[in-house]
Amino acid sequence: MVRALFSGWSLIRVGTILVYVFMFAPVLVVMLLSFNSSQFGSFPMEGVSFRWFVALYNNDAIVRAFQTSIALGLLTAIIATTLGVTASMAIVRYEFPGKNLLNTVLIAPILVPEVVLAVGLLLFLQFMGMPRNFFLLLMGHVIFTMPFVVLVVQARLVGLRREYEEAALSLGANPLEAFRRVTLPLIMPAVLAGMLFAFTISFDDITGTLFWKPPGVETVPTQIFAMLRHSISPEVNALGTVMIVLTVVLPLSGLALARRLAVRRGG
Amino acid sequence: MAERANSVELHNVVKRFGDIAAVRQMTLDVPDGSFVTFVGPSGCGKTTTLRMIAGLESITDGDILIKGRRINEVPIHKRNLGIVFQNYALFPHKTIYDNVAFGMMYRDVDRETTRRKVRQALQLVQLPHVEDRYPKQLSGGQQQRIALARAIVIEPDVLLLDEPLSALDANLREGMRVELKRIQRELGIATIFVTHDQSEALAMSDKVVVMSEGWVEQVGTPEQVYNEPASEFVATFLGISNLLDGRISEADGQTLKIAADNGMDLLAHRQPDRPHGIGQNVRLAIRAEKIFLADAHAVDNDSILMDGTVRAVDYQGQAARYFVECGGTTFQAVNPIDRSPFQEGQSVRLRIRAQDVVLLDPARSGATASRAQTAAGTEAAA
Ligand SMILES: Nc1ncnc2c1ncn2[C@@H]1O[C@H](COP(=O)(O)OP(=O)(O)OP(=O)(O)O)[C@@H](O)[C@H]1O
Ligand SMILES: [Mg+2]
Repeated sequence: MVRALFSGWSLIRVGTILVYVFMFAPVLVVMLLSFNSSQFGSFPMEGVSFRWFVALYNNDAIVRAFQTSIALGLLTAIIATTLGVTASMAIVRYEFPGKNLLNTVLIAPILVPEVVLAVGLLLFLQFMGMPRNFFLLLMGHVIFTMPFVVLVVQARLVGLRREYEEAALSLGANPLEAFRRVTLPLIMPAVLAGMLFAFTISFDDITGTLFWKPPGVETVPTQIFAMLRHSISPEVNALGTVMIVLTVVLPLSGLALARRLAVRRGG
Repeated sequence: MAERANSVELHNVVKRFGDIAAVRQMTLDVPDGSFVTFVGPSGCGKTTTLRMIAGLESITDGDILIKGRRINEVPIHKRNLGIVFQNYALFPHKTIYDNVAFGMMYRDVDRETTRRKVRQALQLVQLPHVEDRYPKQLSGGQQQRIALARAIVIEPDVLLLDEPLSALDANLREGMRVELKRIQRELGIATIFVTHDQSEALAMSDKVVVMSEGWVEQVGTPEQVYNEPASEFVATFLGISNLLDGRISEADGQTLKIAADNGMDLLAHRQPDRPHGIGQNVRLAIRAEKIFLADAHAVDNDSILMDGTVRAVDYQGQAARYFVECGGTTFQAVNPIDRSPFQEGQSVRLRIRAQDVVLLDPARSGATASRAQTAAGTEAAA
């Protein structure tokens, strides 16, 4: 018995469990404490209340940050997905010179450290004599979320036999129609997954955002960052809980839905 | 006007992929309503040719005409073709009805007409009750029928099929073969069918195109390509043929006497359009099922008879394939079995009728000489 307990495998198991506890315990603590009614964000909890969520809702700066983040995330997701799907189609389905180069360039932003990318884009903009604005921020987010869309969609397209499109074309659909009616529905799970990735990554991002955001504009992460500089208010816990729901629960249920769709349609 | 128009014409069509010549100088007519089959070994360019006609592959050189119109630069969706793919390629996210109705969206027809035509097509492939199902819920054979229905419902100018039966198991394949032929007849639609299965080609076609390494070896009716192979390649690709080299030793009226290099004397009929001088070198092909085995001392007046020994027997039930050694050459003969097959080691007499000896066209053998598989006797004689 004792030997079994300390055998290699159980050590690994215990180690793994500890690592996960170490990773997720703080998250759980934050979520728990956000329901604490006490003024101080610490244990022991005194009672359960939603007061910090209400406070959050009444805090103009935070509400504005939220609106910015959501608008930014949605726009990023839409643009990155549109461009990413188009690029994937071109790369997987057509032959043209410089194809490999284009592919590398599209994937590169996830290989380059974000700070480098952030500074690079900023310098480029300054060189062009453009001020920092919302458009720059959006462009930055699109550039580094697009690789995820491209990777997911390309993988799906490569696995999708060309005959479906060829059949559609032979029946009289022009290439655009064939894409709309056949290819797109068949790669939809991947497109949705890519879109969710883009939204989540954009919503979470802080490094690039700190460099690119125009003065006076805050996203949720930069807002939290700013709040933490002054004090640790329980409001931050509540904000953290909302973030977790938006960036973890939402994508996971979205993916589950996409998978269900894929199974039903037999793609 | 010509008595019969062509649905498809190929004029000196060439396809190169970089340095690889996939199709070289192909010229072909597909008459209206006819069933034309491309047959040949893997990689000979059948699919490539079909894809050029379909517009899925560009044409390096030459012209393709559909219904008299040059379509080299016409994109596929404006060609009005029905294509059936090897793996069916039914749209997995659409119901059977929507699959079959897909092409009707791009035709100028109202809903009622679409509904009627889809029903008709499903009736024709004998699957009227599956409209609401998804492709995954059908068997392979059923999916293939739906793919056919989808291709014919648009009333295409030509029907193109690339090995549509090869994904089906053997029993189903025979059935589908008959079915496909019936539907094609019924609709009278010009059809190009690709296969590497020679029995499919011979059973279904009005016209067989035998291809090898991008060349067209022979175009003819199934009887022509089978009984009068124009080249060594055709002789050996379709069925089993024995090949012999020899020299014409006597030419008299319709019949030629040929001294084979292994010392045999054979009789052959004169080929109508070719000169046959005495002393001319020829290559002969004799089908395995045209060499008849008889008991050792059988007598026959209108055939060449040769004594030989059975070396191996490949028993196939209703027939047997014999390997018979005769004058240093091993002949292959496929004969129906009367009561019991000849035995290994048994002395037999081979009977070869003059009408079954085919003189191959030397002009056509060069390109494919290396391809000869059952070149019986050529080595022994050399
Ligand atoms: N896209 C391509 N790029 C390069 N070479 C190709 C391409 N498609 C076909 N080929 C070559 O062209 C030749 C003919 O190919 P094709 O597919 O037409 O053969 P096939 O007769 O259909 O053979 P199979 O019976 O195996 O289907 C082959 O040598 C093949 O390697
Ligand atoms: Mg092929």
